Amino acid sequence: MNLQPSTWPLAAVLISLLGTVPILLSERRPNLRETWTVLISLGKFAIIASMLPAVLEGGGYRFTLAEVLPGVAIALRVDAMGMYFALVASFLWILTSIYSIGYMRALDEHDQTRYYASFAVAMSATIGVAFSANLLTLYLFYEMLSLSTYPLVTHKQDAEARSAGRKYLTYLLGTSVALTLPAMILIYVLTGTLDFSVGGILAGKADASTVSILLVLLVFGFAKAAVMPLHGWLPAAMVAPTPVSSFLHGVAVVKVGVFSILRMVFFIFGTGLLADLNLGAVLTALASVTILGASLVALTQDNLKRRLAYSTISQLSYMILGAGMLTTAGMAGGLLHLSMHAFGKITLFLCAGAIYIAAHKSNISEMDGLGRRMPVTYAAFFMASLSIIGMPPMGGFLSKWSLVVGAIDGGQLLLVAVVLVSSLLSAAYFFPIVYRGFFARAAGENGPEEIREAPILCLIPLSVTALFCLGLFLWPSLALQLIQMVVSP
Amino acid sequence: MSPTNLHMYALATPLIGAFAVMVLGRYSRRAVAPIVLGVLSFSFAAALTVFLQVLSGGGFRYVVGNWLAPYGIELSVDHLGSLMQVLVSGVALTASVSALKSVANDLQDRQHLFFTLYLILIAGLHGLVLTADAFNVYVLLEIASITAYGLIALGRGRAIVSSFNYVIMGSTGACFYLLGIGYLYILTGTLNMADLARIIPTLQSGPALATAFSFCIVGLWIKMAFFPLHVWLPNAYSDMPDGAAVLVAPLMTKVTIYLMIRFMFSIFSPAYEFIQHAGVQQIVVGMAALGIVCASAMALGQKNLRRMLTYLIIAEVGYMVGGVWLANTQGLTGAILHIVNDALMTLCLFLAVSAIASRAGALDFESLRGLFRRMPVTMAALVVAALSMIGVPPTCGFFSKWYLLLGGIQAGQWLYVGALIFSSLVNAVLFFRVIEIAYFRTPDEGAHGSGHEAVPIREAPAAMLQPLVAAAAALVVVGLATGPLVQHVIRFALPGGF
Repeated sequence: MNLQPSTWPLAAVLISLLGTVPILLSERRPNLRETWTVLISLGKFAIIASMLPAVLEGGGYRFTLAEVLPGVAIALRVDAMGMYFALVASFLWILTSIYSIGYMRALDEHDQTRYYASFAVAMSATIGVAFSANLLTLYLFYEMLSLSTYPLVTHKQDAEARSAGRKYLTYLLGTSVALTLPAMILIYVLTGTLDFSVGGILAGKADASTVSILLVLLVFGFAKAAVMPLHGWLPAAMVAPTPVSSFLHGVAVVKVGVFSILRMVFFIFGTGLLADLNLGAVLTALASVTILGASLVALTQDNLKRRLAYSTISQLSYMILGAGMLTTAGMAGGLLHLSMHAFGKITLFLCAGAIYIAAHKSNISEMDGLGRRMPVTYAAFFMASLSIIGMPPMGGFLSKWSLVVGAIDGGQLLLVAVVLVSSLLSAAYFFPIVYRGFFARAAGENGPEEIREAPILCLIPLSVTALFCLGLFLWPSLALQLIQMVVSP
Repeated sequence: MSPTNLHMYALATPLIGAFAVMVLGRYSRRAVAPIVLGVLSFSFAAALTVFLQVLSGGGFRYVVGNWLAPYGIELSVDHLGSLMQVLVSGVALTASVSALKSVANDLQDRQHLFFTLYLILIAGLHGLVLTADAFNVYVLLEIASITAYGLIALGRGRAIVSSFNYVIMGSTGACFYLLGIGYLYILTGTLNMADLARIIPTLQSGPALATAFSFCIVGLWIKMAFFPLHVWLPNAYSDMPDGAAVLVAPLMTKVTIYLMIRFMFSIFSPAYEFIQHAGVQQIVVGMAALGIVCASAMALGQKNLRRMLTYLIIAEVGYMVGGVWLANTQGLTGAILHIVNDALMTLCLFLAVSAIASRAGALDFESLRGLFRRMPVTMAALVVAALSMIGVPPTCGFFSKWYLLLGGIQAGQWLYVGALIFSSLVNAVLFFRVIEIAYFRTPDEGAHGSGHEAVPIREAPAAMLQPLVAAAAALVVVGLATGPLVQHVIRFALPGGF
């Protein structure tokens, strides 16, 4: 791969980090502050998109900040996999920013400056993870993301937020220090490098048992991927304001976890090594348990955001499942699900937030009849749930299809069953919400009468993302092209 | 002033400044600050110049007053020594900016006495990092310790008792060291480090030599508060005036660890410690691991920020002693790197403590409530230091921990590796507990709604804030500069024979 030195990757990471300065300085002028947020998010997307043509031609960019350890630098690189994730994340950040303005103002939230500043730092960390050139840099940005999202998760600053924040950091920081860091040092001892390179760096350097230990350490060490049993922080973190849940817990944070694990599978272990040692089974087993377990739990949740959280836990493991199949179609399906789920889940969360603003309801059992009052929101919710379930004509169908093909290619019929059963389960926990919204009669008739749609700044983003769920089914070629470059270099 | 004896001026100016402060400060309180800052700035600039010279031209030995070794006083200005001199003078300068402010509040008309001791202590530390004579180590160590006893006694509450405890323990340590030196002198007839290093391998390794070695090492361990010889430290460090803590806490234990490295590798040799007495090496690393775990656990039990930090200092001493005794390149690199990093981290933490104390008064966890709103800059710096203590990149704490872990894995010391990771996790718990209290609870703890109303920002005075921000920035800058630091400085400090 031909990577040319450039400062653009650094600019892509830093723009939102430095953007916190004008955001903090314009604390007393909310309109100016929100203008900065939107401008920075647009700028970030523009910088990232400007690097796309080079990546599509098989090239890319790299940037080295400082060589801090022998053979290991703090360095960035833009390749197909990083570009794929960065595009999704930075595009969705624009919409979330707009939505945040509508949401935070409608609810007249406190400490909005801190909120926007933390959001910008978290976004820098997310793109930093996407563009990391080695495990050390990835670890750096991964930790930065955990810490910068803490003020967002605990935004309410009440007792519930505090215990959620405690759980959040215990899981994320605890696992990364106790599991990822030792794994990283072991890899360094074994190979003398931490660079991501196509085909992995561990082949021939470590015996089977060491590789299996490393794999388990890293899958659980990146606890942002919420593989059971390290998923408890995610439902707890739903106490955050909805834009935070939608973006960070639907897209950035959890996807960073999955992205990191996939980076390890493709660029540290190498799919060849995992196939030789038959370790894909470890990944698929852990993922299958999580997919089914979390879907079953989601069925029992009455709080909408918690139900979505468990759905997220289950869907995240699809991506790990795909990687664990170690077949081209399976891996492509896993990667594709990353963006499909991102668009679907962010729509669902944005809808949950819109319902909360408009009706101040967060439990599904209280949402009878709301769909007739909020048709746009509920239509978007319906489209996104179709995508998550994996039904045509929605993007989620493509990724699930690819996963099923991958499972069949690998002769793993049990995994086909896992995907299908779990799709049924997700239909079972999504459709009742839509059904109740449109057809059930509300108990107290006076309730829904006063309820109207959420502010326009909230409606636009959720409509756009919902349309993208459809659009990605019709025109998935850009995503597929980038994914092809990852799975068959 | 010729460039070759600039390091002497770096050492001598604080000493001369001490007398100037004593005399002039008696007449005018306003004379103290210019003298202290002037002297320390000069000293820092000189140390930095010497360091750059050593980087380009290599280290050199220097004979004080042209009295030739082994009878005269010899100084060794090598990579490690001049790095330490930069560290000592840099930390001293940064700390003094804050100390001038806090001492003016704490000890109104005794400022000049405080700064006399303060400057003599700094001169002593300068001497310790440069000396190439085992007996001068004793003399200078006592100069540094005795001034520290005095500074501690100026503190609050039971400071006198704490200081007295420290006097007893510190003097015991000094006695051990002096006895050990006595044995060495009897065996070799010299006290010059280079001479000792030449003669010791020719001696038969018998109980006398082992006694000399162990007495000296135990003496140094008491002075650096290596577990379980640490009991004097928490009281002494938490009772002393904040102006003294910002200097003593970062430097005293770290310089003593540097002395241990000097003693082990410039007088004795790796062959003596690690090959002839391999069993001892195992025990010491085990003790270090135990010390890290116990000190971290005791830190968990504290309800006061300042006391919590004192236990962390003890845990960090375990890091470094363990790293040195791992007996491999990575471990020693990590230990030396951690001397620098831990000095900066401790500096940053104690500067933050000092800033908080100037506004909140007490440092019990209860009085930290709502501090993020009132002192956002101070708390941001505290968070950076906390991240470094936990070991989050790119702060410097991560990189020394990396080398220490690497060394531990290479040496197969799994107990030590486990202790390091345990301590990182405990640090995370400790600091996020503090951060949580400062972030969530408002001072009046009213109803939920009232918590979000604007609380006026009431930061520490600029003189305390500036050094704090500088120290926090240094944590990141030094972290990013780890590569060159190891490559161009620490590599030269590693003895042959590993």
